[in-house]
Order: sequence, then C-alpha cells, then structure tokens
Amino acid sequence: MSAASPPRFVLASPESDFYWRSGADGRLRIQRCGDCRRWIHPPGPACPFCHSRRIGPEPVAGTGTVATFTVNRKEWIPGFTPPYVFAFVELDEDPAVRIGTNIVGCEIDDVEIGMRMEVLFEESGEWHVPLFRPLETRAARGSEGS
Amino acid sequence: MGEPQERRAVISGAAQSDIGRRLYRTGIDLTVEAALRAIADAGLTTADIDGVSTYPGFGGSFGGAMGAELHEALRLSLNWRSAGVETAGPLGAVHNAILAVATGMARHVLVFRTVVEGSGGPLRPGSGGGGGSAGSAGPFQFMIPYGAASAACWVACYARRHMHDYGTTRTQLGAIAVNGRANAASNPKAIYTEPMTIDDYLAVRMVSDPLCLYDCDVPCDGSTAVVVSHRDYAPDAPAGAVGVNAIGTAIRGRPSWDQFDDLTSMMMRHTAASMWERTELTVDDVDTAQLYDGFSWLTLAWIEAMGFCGKGESGAFVEGGANIGPGGPLPLNTSGGQLSAGRLHGFGHLHEAVMQLRGTANIGVEDCEVVAVGAGGGPETGCLLLTRGPS
Repeated sequence: MSAASPPRFVLASPESDFYWRSGADGRLRIQRCGDCRRWIHPPGPACPFCHSRRIGPEPVAGTGTVATFTVNRKEWIPGFTPPYVFAFVELDEDPAVRIGTNIVGCEIDDVEIGMRMEVLFEESGEWHVPLFRPLETRAARGSEGS
Repeated sequence: MGEPQERRAVISGAAQSDIGRRLYRTGIDLTVEAALRAIADAGLTTADIDGVSTYPGFGGSFGGAMGAELHEALRLSLNWRSAGVETAGPLGAVHNAILAVATGMARHVLVFRTVVEGSGGPLRPGSGGGGGSAGSAGPFQFMIPYGAASAACWVACYARRHMHDYGTTRTQLGAIAVNGRANAASNPKAIYTEPMTIDDYLAVRMVSDPLCLYDCDVPCDGSTAVVVSHRDYAPDAPAGAVGVNAIGTAIRGRPSWDQFDDLTSMMMRHTAASMWERTELTVDDVDTAQLYDGFSWLTLAWIEAMGFCGKGESGAFVEGGANIGPGGPLPLNTSGGQLSAGRLHGFGHLHEAVMQLRGTANIGVEDCEVVAVGAGGGPETGCLLLTRGPS
C-alpha cells in the first residue's frame, strides 16, 4: 500500500454500520446469533441458520488466515495506487467468516495463502476500515498497536 | 421426472448486429439490427413475435437496451415480456423465454443481449468490468473500500486458490486465451484476430495477479438476438431449429462472490449439475462446448463444473490446447470466445452453439449434435444443453 491512504468508499447499510465503526476501540466485531451462537457475515436482519432475531455484534480476536488474494497492478479506482493486495482472510472463530481486506505491513511478494494475519484499522472519515497485517510482526513491534 | 418441459422449445432464429470495439451506436439501434436479422432468420415477421425477453433490462449494467425499447421500436404486440438481472446469469433471459414458450404464454419470443461497453465511456469504479457499484450498500460494500472494484479482482482470488490447491499454472490458464485467439481468426466479427502464442500471453502485463491482460475479455459494442419458438414450429424454421434438451439454473450455494463455500469453484458447479439432472445425455455426448470466458479462469471452472474433467484437473486438461482445439475431443469456444471475439456476455457463445448445430459455424465441428453452453461467473451462472433438431 502506498503511503497515502487510498479512497475508502464505505457505504454502510443499517445492518453493517457497526462493522465499519467497530475499530474505534481497536476491536473487530462480527454479527453473532444470541441463540445458536453462530457467526454471521455479512451481517443481516436475522440469523440465517436458526432465524433468530436475537443477533448483534460481538468482538472477535481479529486474527485469521489468508484464504486467497490478488495483487492488483491496475488502478481500478483513482487514488488506489497499484500495486496493492486484496485478500480474503478467514477468521479464527469461524473460517466461514471471510473478510475482504487489504494486506499491509509486509512486502507484497511475501503474502501467501495460509499466512497468519491480525486486524488493524485505518481511519477514513467516520469509518474504521479493517485491514490485516502479518501476525508474526507482533513480537517485532513489542507492545505497540496491541 | 417426466419429460423436461424445456424440450417444448426450440431456437428457430439467431443473429448478431455488427460487432466492434467502438461503434458509437446506441444500444437500441444495435438491438433492432440483431432482432430483425434473427426474426428473418427464423422465417418470421415482427407480427409473429409475441414475446420479448432480455438481460439485464431496466437499470442493468453494461449499456444495452430495455425490452420495452425493442417492444416500442418494432411496434410489437406481445403476450409476454420479461427482463431482469436476478437470473441464472445472462442466459437467464433465454431460460425465461423457454419457460414462457413451454407454458404457452408465448409462441415466438425474441431474446436479446446488447452491450455498449466499447464506446460506453471510460471504465470508472463500479462501472463495467462486472464490477459492483461504488455506491452500493449491498454485498460489494465489503470489497469496494479495498480497491477491489472489478470482477477481475474477485476472479483472480479464485484463480490463485485454484493454482495453490491444484498446481494449476499460468501456462495452463493461458491455453484458454491462446485457443480463443486462434479460433477468432476465422470469425469475421471478432475483435482481436492477430496470432497470439503462449509466450505472448506470459509476457503481457498483469492486471490482477495472477490474471494478466489476456485473461480478461475485451469490451465491445454489439447485440445478439435469438428467437425461441414452440417446437411445433421446428419443421418450418428455414435455417433449422435447434433443440433445447435441458437448462441449468440451480443456485444451491450462497449467492455471493466473496462468501461462496469453495474458493476453487463457483455457482456453475451447481448450475451445471442441475442441467445434467434434467437429461439422459452425458458429457460424453457433447460435441463442442461454448463456455464463458469473461475471464479465462471462469472457463476452467466451467470445464470442471460440466464434468469434462475432474475437480482440479482443468489446467492439465487444457494445457497445450490439444484437447480443446478444432479436431480435439472437446472443441472449445470455436468462434473465439469473449477474450478475442468480444464481451457479448454469453450470447456470443449461444450464437456459436446455434451455428455449430446448424453446420454453419466458421470452424465447424463434424457431425455436431450436442452443444453445452455455459455463461456467467461468481453467483450468476446458467447453462443450456442444445441439440441438432428438437430434443
């Protein structure tokens, strides 16, 4: 990712509003069913498994694994300067929760499927956009960013 | 199951407008041209057309024209009209027409898909390329903020996982593009016809790695129209009626680009399975396949979904091109596909299938009796099994 933040065209729905604000306190949240306890993503109006309406955002560890990714070499959106990595990260709590994201904090050529990741957030206006970086960098950073 | 009701329908006419990279003509202009040619090809007049079906219709992407515009432009008198984007991919417009004919709602349905992408203006975020809208609060809201504004980005993610899990290589993927280019040389309406080697493919610039420029189809302007008629009409169709043996429409997994259960296949896995459930024919009966190549990897996914090879084996199946070239066991995208002949959104494949079954294709497959057509990617896929003469 280039030094300047790219334009983050977030347009939240009533169901997803929490997702894009969650990082304000440094925690990633995913919608969860209060009855069957399954994780739900993208967030919706009811639990798709047991149809309970008792659903709401709950914090997750923010760690996961790269399921796959692409290195974009084309400027699809003006200001989104290539190259940059778009990836799907599957969360530790439930690999069926697959998060689209950018991978930052490492060389583009070092990104691999299966790589362990942790969330961080980029402020963009009123939103905190979830990004991911290699989990292995935690030790090198010491207590920073925890 | 009794006889599948889609067999009550045939394709009695098929035609295309002029097709070009940039024609600077309106969608309805191109549509009228293709429609009048298709109606004449079917041996009919506009007075015979009592149904219209299109994809995507009002509010849809990629230019085109509305069904109501054609209705008005030709002053048709209709018993049935349908247009929409929430179908089993672009071929959903054909499925709908077949069902209308099978249920007696209409006798001769004009089906069209028109694209005005070449001269439709520069690519902007969320416009064209299969992309979601930058202003979408729907499922694309989870990809647009990350610069994944094109289907190229999403398909690239599947292609990479397929390579990771099955050892598929770029050289194998490139066989789809090289095969299409070789076939396009015989198609006078194709956009790109100059020869391309696998080395050319490997040397071209990356777009969304592992997809390079030649893995992405070429936007164009053009319209394809077919007439779907009741099979009673087949003996009177002057150019020959093509039978509808089975349609594939199933969407059994999550309707999502990013949340589908398997990152090495897409919805065509279910769509193709549902087609085979409706027929006594098998993959061994297929003489040629016209499989969507909006991105080359989608063709690999279709080859596996249709069962022409096992899961994960499509790379080896297409490598070198011998299996998919003219004279091979499965001639593929014989008019050049979208990668070289232009992004006609599955309807170029459909048109070529009709030409093959009539014996009038530019690169004809000998004794062609059964053609499989599959179109679309991600959660929007549909397919057809067509036969020479009514099924």
